[in-house]
Amino acid sequence: MRAAPSPTAAASPGALLEARALTCLRGARLVFTQLEFSLAAGGALLLVGHNGSGKSSLLRLLAGLSRPFAGGLFWQNSPIAEDMEAHRARLRYAGHQDAVKPALTALENLCVWAGLDGLPDATGRAQAALAQVELSHIADMPGRYLSAGQKKRVNLARLALAPAAHAPLWLLDEPATALDRDSVARLAALMARHRGDGGMVVLSTHSAIDLPGAQVLDVSRFSADADDADDEAADGEAA
Amino acid sequence: MKAIWHLLRRELRLALRQGADAAMAVLFFVLCVVMFPFGIGPEPGILARIAPGVILVAALLASLLSLDRLFQADHEDGSLELLALSPPGLEAVAVAKLAAHWLVTGLPLILASPLLALFLNLPAEGFPILLLALAITTPLLSLIGGVGAALTLGARRGGVLLPLLVMPLYIPALIFAAAAIDAALMGHSARPHLLLLGGLLAGAATLAPFAVAAALRTALD
Repeated sequence: MRAAPSPTAAASPGALLEARALTCLRGARLVFTQLEFSLAAGGALLLVGHNGSGKSSLLRLLAGLSRPFAGGLFWQNSPIAEDMEAHRARLRYAGHQDAVKPALTALENLCVWAGLDGLPDATGRAQAALAQVELSHIADMPGRYLSAGQKKRVNLARLALAPAAHAPLWLLDEPATALDRDSVARLAALMARHRGDGGMVVLSTHSAIDLPGAQVLDVSRFSADADDADDEAADGEAA
Repeated sequence: MKAIWHLLRRELRLALRQGADAAMAVLFFVLCVVMFPFGIGPEPGILARIAPGVILVAALLASLLSLDRLFQADHEDGSLELLALSPPGLEAVAVAKLAAHWLVTGLPLILASPLLALFLNLPAEGFPILLLALAITTPLLSLIGGVGAALTLGARRGGVLLPLLVMPLYIPALIFAAAAIDAALMGHSARPHLLLLGGLLAGAATLAPFAVAAALRTALD
């Protein structure tokens, strides 16, 4: 049985990001309903659940790429939908696709994103970010020659472009796919440092990744199908 | 403003690296116009009469060529999502993309048009107005076409749907541009036609970025 939305969670002090009674509708399908969580500075939220349970949909809602059907998202108790511009500035989203342009070199790819966040010295920050994912040696290699794992790492290097104070919220959709073991460890270290600086991480993953003290949110618990299953079980008991 | 300039540089760099788009539009434009004398015959009077219309229609078709890739490449590799989430926002992205499309396909068409006008025996007094009309019409084509490209993004067979959607909207621009050149050839003032074209351009330039951004948001949802 699902826990009722607890008033303490909604009013918990220090919670920066909150979802209240979030409902997601994709096409005609109800993906999840009444989803709740709250996340404080330095926190991490690990999304689990079977395929199609709505982990990616939740991350897209959090990024503002799609709108919730009902319920709302709050940042420091004010609705995110009221100021999308500020929300866009504070988040970094890494989806399934790596957004690496084949015609641009790894460094140029990063410089594009570094130049858009409005901080000075885009090239310097892009080089530093590449060094963080240990790809400095391929900085001048065009994107088309990169392997799937290297592309993923270039995409994840975007996270290291700005300090946690500038972009505190990381939304990562399956960031560990195609990464080798060392790269996963580097990603874990990157996330740990981000959280140490007061940043937050929301990620979905199927592979083991070191995320100390993370809250685990089973998205499939909030699915409409889970409700049906519960009802059927209840019916069975009644019979 | 700085962000738009930054985005524009990205678009231009991508277009120049991938290269073929600009060259293809111009080559298509030239070949399309060159077909007419072969089909109609080398009668100079007839060619001079049809020259403005042929050049304008060929320019319109040429600018359609690269339009379906305008947002598709970024949509497929996930860049569009990140651009939508970047601080400048989709409106700035739309402005940069539309401007880049004009610079890469529209501008070369203008530069190639005097040669084709000469080829079709257009009288000399029509040249300045032809250039002026194209200078106003080609950005208009990029703006209207960009809205169509954003609307058909993600649609199956979007490449076919796009011309069907956009070409009727090109008709007013075609009418006024052709009328301006005809007026100049007959010794009248081309000014009223060019002013109307300018009005269309001002309207499209103001509205298109917002329309494109709204359509892209729907495509990403």
